Amino acid sequence: MTTFSNEDVKYFADFVRIGLSEEDKENFSAQIADLIESVSNLKDVDITGVKPMTHPVAMINVLREDEPKDILDREVMLASAEDQEDGLIKVPDIL
Amino acid sequence: MTLTSKTATELQALLQKGEVTAKEVTEATLQTIEQQEEKIHAFIHVAKEEATKRAEQLDQEDASTRGRLFGVPIGIKDNIVTKDMTTTCASKMLEEFVPVYNATVIDKLEAAGAVNIGKLNMDEFAMGSTTETSYFGNTLNPWNTDYVPGGSSGGSAAAVAAGEIPLSLGSDTGGSVRQPAAFCGIVGMKPTYGRISRFGLTAFASSLDQIGTLSRTVEDNALLLGVIAGEDDNDSSSSVKAVPDFTAALTGDIKGLKVAVPKPYLGEGVDAEIATAVREAITVLESLGAICEEVELPHIQYAPTTYYVISSSEAQSNLSRFDGLRYGYHTENAENLEQAYFRTRQEGFGDEVKKRIIFGTYAMSADHHEDLYVRAQKIRTLIAQDFDSVFEKYDVVIGPTAATTAFKLGETGGDQLVHYANDVLAVPANLTGRPALSVPCGFVNDLPVGMQIMGKHFDEETLYKVAHAYEQATDFHKRTPSIQEGK
Repeated sequence: MTTFSNEDVKYFADFVRIGLSEEDKENFSAQIADLIESVSNLKDVDITGVKPMTHPVAMINVLREDEPKDILDREVMLASAEDQEDGLIKVPDIL
Repeated sequence: MTLTSKTATELQALLQKGEVTAKEVTEATLQTIEQQEEKIHAFIHVAKEEATKRAEQLDQEDASTRGRLFGVPIGIKDNIVTKDMTTTCASKMLEEFVPVYNATVIDKLEAAGAVNIGKLNMDEFAMGSTTETSYFGNTLNPWNTDYVPGGSSGGSAAAVAAGEIPLSLGSDTGGSVRQPAAFCGIVGMKPTYGRISRFGLTAFASSLDQIGTLSRTVEDNALLLGVIAGEDDNDSSSSVKAVPDFTAALTGDIKGLKVAVPKPYLGEGVDAEIATAVREAITVLESLGAICEEVELPHIQYAPTTYYVISSSEAQSNLSRFDGLRYGYHTENAENLEQAYFRTRQEGFGDEVKKRIIFGTYAMSADHHEDLYVRAQKIRTLIAQDFDSVFEKYDVVIGPTAATTAFKLGETGGDQLVHYANDVLAVPANLTGRPALSVPCGFVNDLPVGMQIMGKHFDEETLYKVAHAYEQATDFHKRTPSIQEGK
């Protein structure tokens, strides 16, 4: 049986900066252990020489000219930010 | 017959001839929504004022320049951004988020004269199969309100099935348009990856996501897809292929069409009564001249877990943009930047979203990346090759859309793994980028059953042709759910 401890949950949640309660850790550890157990069936497949499929439809990338253009007003773009000052987004202390 | 019981095509005939105004259609729609919403809760936001104003403006326009959806009401899944109208993704994280631009599909709908009636309920960030993970409460199935409408586009399907609106948009990452369409007894199309621009669709898993169309009839669906499909400068993954007139494909002629029926699609894990309904549907197709044969798909049993690894891995990257600083929910309890990130996400995301991000991070971590993510991408290649072989000989692949009828509310707790058998049927279309459509094909215990028709890349026309021929030969699409009958 696969195990995924509360500490494992915290370890991976910390990478993506998600805070969790003790109850969350307890719940997620069992659920993610089940997930890991279920995806272990992928190890049964022989993938020798198989290339990974990163895009569902074959495409040729087309690049446009690198020409700057105005898309939205600065004020419009900043309108959704929680806190702003002098045209910049304000964030809490970093240090 | 009331205005709201008409299809979009029927409404168009009346509107274009001036026999009814856009305002009258909008008013009738809003009235129906008012009656039905307390029973099914399909909408997160009903845009009453905006829709009324828009209809009035449309009625002033020159009759000679009216678009293909002139005056037709439509609902939009709440993960497609709408300028000046909240777009929540059914999450506390975006509860008050008002986008400053439109998704490309919204601009196209506006250009065609459609009236946006509002934003439809869904599983949070499209993660779920029941619409039970919505922060705003679940939607109920119009056929029986003890059951879920499916997910994640549950609101989009329920609103159409309940007669609130004739058309809606959903999004389909692993069956999220087709499965709720099947559960609610309507038509749901996930087109080829790239057929519709994803610009403005809030990303869940970018290599799998596709906007899809929901309607009561195949003809309406073909009409809607024709309006929103096509290349978009804002989405480099949108296809340059020309958009045909999909309604022209509705000829009813499927003589000689070659249909593949994968053995696993009617085998273990699929409810016996569902399998019977689909076998009967195949008999109908044969009576119309189609040639149906059983085929093998050697890697199909790995599709659900392959999907789960890839979708979670892509989700953990896509959802990193929700930091509480630039837009969306922002915690009040942070003394520094680090705490702001942690607490915003702790308070803003629901459990299903957190779980998938953490699992995706595990799958992408240095220790597991090769054995999970890269391996899943290679198995995705094998699954695609299985389908490529089948499509060398056959025009379409047919099976049930879902392995069961709708789940009872609370039955699964929204747990994705419970839906494993359904995923075998639904996710291959997303993994391989192929178009797939669900069309009603029966009832089990008064709950609808859907037949899935999957096709070649960019061959939506054949899917519509088959679905329309089948629809015309049966009358499942004519039955209305109990909520409309006031039971």
